[in-house]
Amino acid sequence: MDKYVCTLCGYVYDPAIGDPDSGVAPGTKFEDIPDDWSCPVCGAGKEDFAKED
Amino acid sequence: MPVTEIKKDIYWVGVVDWNIHDFHGYSRSPQGTTYNAYLVMDEKITLFDSVPAKFQMDLYHQIRSLIPLEKIDYIVCNHVEPDHSGAMPFLMDKIQPEKVFCSKLGHRMLLDHFHQPDWPYQTVQTGDSISLGKRTVQFMEARMLHWPDSMFSYIPEDKLLISNDAFGQNIACSERFDDEIDLAMLMRESSHYYHNIILPYSPRVIAVLDDVAKMGLEIDMIAPDHGIIWRSNVPLILQAYRDYAEQRPNKKAVIVYDTMWHSTEKMAKAIAEGLMEEGVAVKIMHLKQYHHSDVIGELADATGIICGSPTHNNGIMPLMADFLTYMKGLRPVGRVGAAFASFGWSGESLGVLTEWLKSAKIEVVEPGVKCKNVPDHAKLAECKELGRMVGKAIVAKVEAQA
Repeated sequence: MDKYVCTLCGYVYDPAIGDPDSGVAPGTKFEDIPDDWSCPVCGAGKEDFAKED
Repeated sequence: MPVTEIKKDIYWVGVVDWNIHDFHGYSRSPQGTTYNAYLVMDEKITLFDSVPAKFQMDLYHQIRSLIPLEKIDYIVCNHVEPDHSGAMPFLMDKIQPEKVFCSKLGHRMLLDHFHQPDWPYQTVQTGDSISLGKRTVQFMEARMLHWPDSMFSYIPEDKLLISNDAFGQNIACSERFDDEIDLAMLMRESSHYYHNIILPYSPRVIAVLDDVAKMGLEIDMIAPDHGIIWRSNVPLILQAYRDYAEQRPNKKAVIVYDTMWHSTEKMAKAIAEGLMEEGVAVKIMHLKQYHHSDVIGELADATGIICGSPTHNNGIMPLMADFLTYMKGLRPVGRVGAAFASFGWSGESLGVLTEWLKSAKIEVVEPGVKCKNVPDHAKLAECKELGRMVGKAIVAKVEAQA
């Protein structure tokens, strides 16, 4: 599963870890995260994330 | 410093820090700096930002020269970094304002800095507007310019943008406005400030500038939280920020190095000659003389970044590691680089430098040059050729843009 990077602050969303504090369980693909989720570090929206290359 | 009326009933009440040469612990500010705070004397008397805790009594006296502090109704925290919020506990005690306005992430930051859940926070976001009486304040979040909590406050009736760290410069002076000081020096300091603090967030800068343009905000004064206030050169600094953010190629290179016995230094000079033959301007900087923030100040308008280090205990010199860490964090875009190294026996530093530059997403001209002990004429010729190759790559980038 692809990791996604916040283009604003550099936070990396790793699907294996998820973002449990925001209710995103480990194993959740980035595409399946709800649209109202935001970067836990800087608050950027999903649209500000890019697939990690 | 006397308070200054910048617009009718709006005062600069900030503090000048004449002697601070260490800015935030990571950059140098050889001209000192200021911490600007602004007081709007409307029906709701409003203070925008404050100062570091060590200057809270200076701020107290600035405000007191106009009004007793308890008369302040609102405090707006555009940014929670301690140089703008350090005086908050003191001010909250003296003022007991009705409200403290901040962004949602600013609220989190204030709690995590000062641990006071009982302050009268009111969070705002882009598009929110409050009335101070004759004036309104429109808030605009500017996340990651340069912290997550950062926001701007715009007063449309005065065409005034209170921009917090954006458009700031580290200049301690008795003047308050852009047209009162040397413009060339001012633009140099603006560039130095941008490139050491805001560079990684350049895409955000363009997005915010585009939003400001789209919203059709009329701005004839920009009041940042450091340095002078823009009133005669507003279009100039707005365009400059767009130019800085675009990071377009330019025929200039910076050669940065450390040296033990001057071999790496000799190689640096030979590389410079090669660059110059290709029409590229060069700046050579020895890390024992120049702080990493000075190098970044020169890298601002340079496409080329060439790094040299002796090999020491199987690695690179510590000052070079300092510079590379700092530069990588600033995420410069569109640069071309190369590595050069001298060594006594094991010679790892060329490989280490090359990997570092690549990890900083710099296009590296390989394989670079390494030299055992002292360079002879043939080795210096190899260095000059590396300079020519990097020069050609820089020129190609510039011409591709045109």
